[in-house]
Amino acid sequence: MAGSYGSTLRYKNVERIKSIGKHTLLGASGEVSDFQEILRYLDELIIYDDMWDDGNSLGPKEVHNYLTRVMYNRRNKFDPLFNSLVVGGVKNGQKYLGMVGMIGTHYEDNHVATGFGNHLARPLMRAEWHEDMSFEEAVKLLEKCLLVLLYRDRSAINKFQIAKITEVGVTISEPYALKTFWGFLAFQNPTKGAEGSW
Amino acid sequence: MDPDLSAPHSMGTTIIGVTYDGGVVLGADSRTSTGMYVANRASDKITQLTDNVYVCRSGSAADSQILSDYVRYFLNQHTIQLGQPATVKVAANLVRLFSYQNKNMLQTGLIIGGWDKYEGGQIYSVPLGGTVLKQPFTIGGSGSSYLYGFFDQAWKDGMSKDEAEKLVVKAVSLAIARDGASGGVVRTVTINAEGVTRNFYSGNSLPLWHEELEPRNSMLDILLSGASPEPMSI
Repeated sequence: MAGSYGSTLRYKNVERIKSIGKHTLLGASGEVSDFQEILRYLDELIIYDDMWDDGNSLGPKEVHNYLTRVMYNRRNKFDPLFNSLVVGGVKNGQKYLGMVGMIGTHYEDNHVATGFGNHLARPLMRAEWHEDMSFEEAVKLLEKCLLVLLYRDRSAINKFQIAKITEVGVTISEPYALKTFWGFLAFQNPTKGAEGSW
Repeated sequence: MDPDLSAPHSMGTTIIGVTYDGGVVLGADSRTSTGMYVANRASDKITQLTDNVYVCRSGSAADSQILSDYVRYFLNQHTIQLGQPATVKVAANLVRLFSYQNKNMLQTGLIIGGWDKYEGGQIYSVPLGGTVLKQPFTIGGSGSSYLYGFFDQAWKDGMSKDEAEKLVVKAVSLAIARDGASGGVVRTVTINAEGVTRNFYSGNSLPLWHEELEPRNSMLDILLSGASPEPMSI
């Protein structure tokens, strides 16, 4: 939930997960102003789609494709939107999860991540994700990833939101913090016997 | 955004040195970073120079380590030759000599704190260029930017040992809340006539500040759980 200003953790209540239409969730990392602009674009897209009043509504696949085009086109004009986006949702029983980067890189998978998550979270998810996980299992896995990122990513703060989307609807959790562990014996006196080291 | 893992290790850092009636309290955070990656989340930035003098290190991890190693070496020789513990002033001056004479190559800000029988508890600030300034308290590192206003308001002369330690812990904790380059645990070292005491204040025991939330085991808990998390296992 952090909005950094250089290395200052300036804003500590930024909502970086938003729901798009009825079928999609969008999570963003990077520049907050660009994310807000993207939300405006998507708002327009959803509204115009809704105005057809034809019973059809844009799902996560469509939103993902649209965002890919937007990001790639801006990249080609050397004026990128500085975001990495996670797009996920369910439409007509079909689950979908994808990622779009600031240069238009995009893919679809059972687990995705942005930024440091690519290095720290994806290996964890590769090892522990499996088909037909329960909601509880999924939350536990996500929290495991979030904790590692909290320890090791300088731009992370101890404030998270987890969002869920199913055929039935969307829930975005209230912000919450995780307990951190500092009880390793080695942390007490790490330089004992090696004065001047770390 | 690929992490620059070959970036030089820098201790973004928040470091503090405070005198009180009878000695000094040194405090620091525990985060060492390589670019945006936290290379060490439990580093010890308060390093011993002699039995009675310690130094808080900030800036380049390598530069501050090698500098303190050299100073420790020469102070050790000096102590033997002198036949009694080195004074804090001498330690600070040695640090100054290294910092000043190598100013073009070094990037480290230091806070020297200690106790000797002549002048009691003293704090010396040695920032980037090699200036030495004796001060009743001083702050350093990137996190210190967020503490100038706090100390302007909260500092007072003649504090007790407990007041001084509480102030230092509160200050480092506030800086950690706003400086991405500071984090982890708060370490303090208190030096007085009786000797040296190390303390350790971990993440969960530090106070919560604005927009910070009480930590929980998981979102799945409805009630606050009493148990602490286990260390991670795969």
